[in-house]
Amino acid sequence: MFDDLNDLYQQVILDHSKSPRNYSELPGANRTAQGHNPLCGDHVTLFLNVEGDQVKEISWQGSGCAISRASASILTTALKGKSVAEVKTLFDRVHDMVTTGKSNGDLGKLAVFAGVHKFPARVKCAILPWYAALAAVEGKAEPVSTESEE
Amino acid sequence: MQHTAQSIKGIAGDFPILDQKVNGHPLIYFDNAATTQKPGQVVEALRRYYEHDNANVHRGIHELSNRATRAFENARTRAAAFINARSAEEIVFTRGTTEGINLVANSWGAKFIKAGDKILLTEMEHHSNIVPWQLLAQRTGAQLAFLPVNGDRGLLDLTRLSDSLTPDVKLLAMTHISNTLGTINPVADFCEHARKRGIVTLIDAAQSAGHRPLDVQEIGCDFLVFSGHKMCGPTGIGVLYGRGELLEQMPPYQGGGEMILSCDFYETTYKKPPHKFEAGTPDISGAIGLQAAMNYLDEIGRNNIAHHDQELGAYAFEKLSSMKGIRLFGPTIGRAGLVSFLLNGVHAHDVVTVADQRGIALRGGHHCNQPLMRKLGVESTARASFYFYNTTAEIDRFVEVLREIQKFFGA
Ligand SMILES: Cc1ncc(COP(=O)(O)O)c(C=O)c1O
Repeated sequence: MFDDLNDLYQQVILDHSKSPRNYSELPGANRTAQGHNPLCGDHVTLFLNVEGDQVKEISWQGSGCAISRASASILTTALKGKSVAEVKTLFDRVHDMVTTGKSNGDLGKLAVFAGVHKFPARVKCAILPWYAALAAVEGKAEPVSTESEE
Repeated sequence: MQHTAQSIKGIAGDFPILDQKVNGHPLIYFDNAATTQKPGQVVEALRRYYEHDNANVHRGIHELSNRATRAFENARTRAAAFINARSAEEIVFTRGTTEGINLVANSWGAKFIKAGDKILLTEMEHHSNIVPWQLLAQRTGAQLAFLPVNGDRGLLDLTRLSDSLTPDVKLLAMTHISNTLGTINPVADFCEHARKRGIVTLIDAAQSAGHRPLDVQEIGCDFLVFSGHKMCGPTGIGVLYGRGELLEQMPPYQGGGEMILSCDFYETTYKKPPHKFEAGTPDISGAIGLQAAMNYLDEIGRNNIAHHDQELGAYAFEKLSSMKGIRLFGPTIGRAGLVSFLLNGVHAHDVVTVADQRGIALRGGHHCNQPLMRKLGVESTARASFYFYNTTAEIDRFVEVLREIQKFFGA
């Protein structure tokens, strides 16, 4: 009934938005970062435990639309165990994918966000948690906002 | 054509933009509180002006300049009649509601607001009727106070007004119709209370000017502002009504050409209002387009428009109330032609995205009402706002799509 929308709201996205993974605070987190989309009021807070160069643990909390919630949830499953350099590379690839629809290499479960590029108004929703992740591994204290990025 | 089936009579073909498919479905334009569509008559007035009469105003002595000046000043006279101002000198052309409020805050405010004074607003104001006053308060040391909105039904408590109108209150600035709640405020009552205490009043008529008859003398306000683009007119033009006596006392807003009598290197004498407040080349075609819009609305009849609005507002509210898993905002009766709502478990932006895929243009977000959203404890709402070209059949379709959305998101 909503064939054209299934590209955007893939089953995996609906599932993660309804039952987000790693949705909690992280006691002992040594990095946190906040992302905010002032246009729709979406908020995401990421909690990371980075040891040496590796993301040991990661969780999130926040509120927002299905796309931003699913993006945060899937991000936490994708980044656990990754090195800081890998997080940055993934950020670039996800950013490319949600803006162009093309992915450079196999992005695994993250590929479900490829359909977002057809909905320009929703790109920010998908990318918001990724800006927060980048800020967290770069150790930035300032909350990131979708409105300062363009 | 679907749009004229039950829309107001006599507008068939005036809005070609509505006769199109969006994402494969007939367009249903429900974002009229943001901006309305423009009838052919308005577009034609702009075209005629640019093809026949275009020149600068108040400057040339040549024929075209005379025509442009006449047309621009005719538009002013028309605007005065539209809101029953006492004279055309009480009409200042602005870029819109926002600029009108900024003009009052910067000119009247700078002269008459002092440290310790209070500016009274309401909790349902648009950012454009909050931020200019915050800036003024920061500059002068004045304070802001807000009349509370009572809960999801979105009404202001008139009984609280008298207590709020303390002697330090110098200005009451409030909206006529809330763009988020659809509340229609009894502004004449508010202004009467304020006037008795010598408090200056400003009414934000952005959501009412194109939707119902407006009479500034009946309302009894000192200032009233609105935007052309929310009433079938072009973007970039708006009106500030100011009571003559007040405009006379106010210093200029911006400096430049058009507003001066004579200019020396160190000193300038200004024209009288309203020209004193219109520095630089104005939006001439915008004023002419606005005049065409006013004529158009009066041909349909603003009472008819108000009636149609309220019918659609009430119809939509009733239909949505019968749905499960929905939270509705705004008054149950006597609402304007808009509904704000949330579907349980579905974010407003997801509602708007899916509706758009069905050809329905909604708005989702904070509607430039963030403080109100915080008060209601929500981050955003979805909103459908109607105009005279909308129909109950469109609302039926909209409700059908909302049900599909609930199913889609398993809400
Ligand atoms: C109640 C209200 N006030 C003010 C405004 C601002 O109008 P404009 O952006 O045309 O200046 C709007 C429009 O969004 C509004 O709905």
